[in-house]
Amino acid sequence: MSDIQADIAVQGGGTGEAGFGDYVQLLKPRVMSLVVFTAMVGLLVAPVHLHPVESLAAIIFIALGGGASGALNMWWDADIDRVMRRTAKRPLPAGTIQPGEALGLGLALSGLSVVMLSLATNLLAGGLLAFTIFFYAVVYTMWLKRSTPQNIVIGGAAGAFPPMIGWAAATGHIGIESVLMFLVIFMWTPPHFWALALFMNDDYDKARVPMLTVTHGRRATRAHILVYTVALMPVALAAAFTTIGGPIYFAVSLVLNVLFLIGAIRIWRRPEETAQADNYAVEKRFFALSLAYLFLHFMAFLVEATPWADRLAELAHWGTVTWG
Amino acid sequence: MGLTQEHELHRRRRSRNVGLGLVLAAFILLTFGLTMVKISQGSDMQGYDHTYQLSPRHSTHPTGAEAGQ
Repeated sequence: MSDIQADIAVQGGGTGEAGFGDYVQLLKPRVMSLVVFTAMVGLLVAPVHLHPVESLAAIIFIALGGGASGALNMWWDADIDRVMRRTAKRPLPAGTIQPGEALGLGLALSGLSVVMLSLATNLLAGGLLAFTIFFYAVVYTMWLKRSTPQNIVIGGAAGAFPPMIGWAAATGHIGIESVLMFLVIFMWTPPHFWALALFMNDDYDKARVPMLTVTHGRRATRAHILVYTVALMPVALAAAFTTIGGPIYFAVSLVLNVLFLIGAIRIWRRPEETAQADNYAVEKRFFALSLAYLFLHFMAFLVEATPWADRLAELAHWGTVTWG
Repeated sequence: MGLTQEHELHRRRRSRNVGLGLVLAAFILLTFGLTMVKISQGSDMQGYDHTYQLSPRHSTHPTGAEAGQ
């Protein structure tokens, strides 16, 4: 397209020529940051250490795969993103990127990330990344999201795979440790998203997405949050007794799980009228706590993998023996 | 006033071109770095007649000629 044509098009209402930032937005950078962090932890806590360049490449390609599935999700969900206040400014509903471009970019980056991760590390890691992209784009986005209120539960698996991929990239296999890291994110996802749904209900209602709050009501959602929080506790605490855990992780996890449980009980006991009266203050606090919960758990895994964790454990042991 | 007028559209196009250029440069650097690491970690290789094989210079098994001596 020549500049003259482009100028006319823009003056005539805007065709939305995308800048670089629009393509970055298409890859869901906030989700990518979570993928990068958890994949990095999975890779660094593994007993086998890759060369730093291989580790960097693995994290970049896992993030790229996550971004690719985000682009495919935005391509498929453009109609509901247009309706929801939270997503209306995304590049596709805003018209800055055309649907075909999003699909092309999503597919190309999916292929590139899977092939490059397989070459940089191993086939298992590449295969897991391919499955994750398929799971998020096809199983969650195209199938479950619009058909069942359990969409968040099963779809949460897609977000839980990155630490397992990181672990597989380093070790070449799937161990109990990586399964537990997967389960922590998997069980954490429903309370996290349902707390969000409690105070963003209008959006999902308008878009006709069958969120639990819409199909079964808020009381049932509050009960579900509590049930999943209780189910999350043993999984998170169990990781303390594997090679990636230890006393520091156990202490952090115990405190966080108690706080999380108290928050979930508060949400469960609250009548809807009280929640509306204070503009869902408790639900919003629980949502913020859920972010800290996941971040601090993975930070604790990382701390346990450092040499000072052993020193601290020795000190704690010495203190226990000396002082009784 | 210059012959060409800077427009928002030009700014966006430039950001796209520069961004893509940087991404491609980073990809080339990463691929080069990975190649160097893989080569430095792996065994010596030699390639001729479209066939790659371990270099006999560092092979632990004696070659046919050495074994016959």
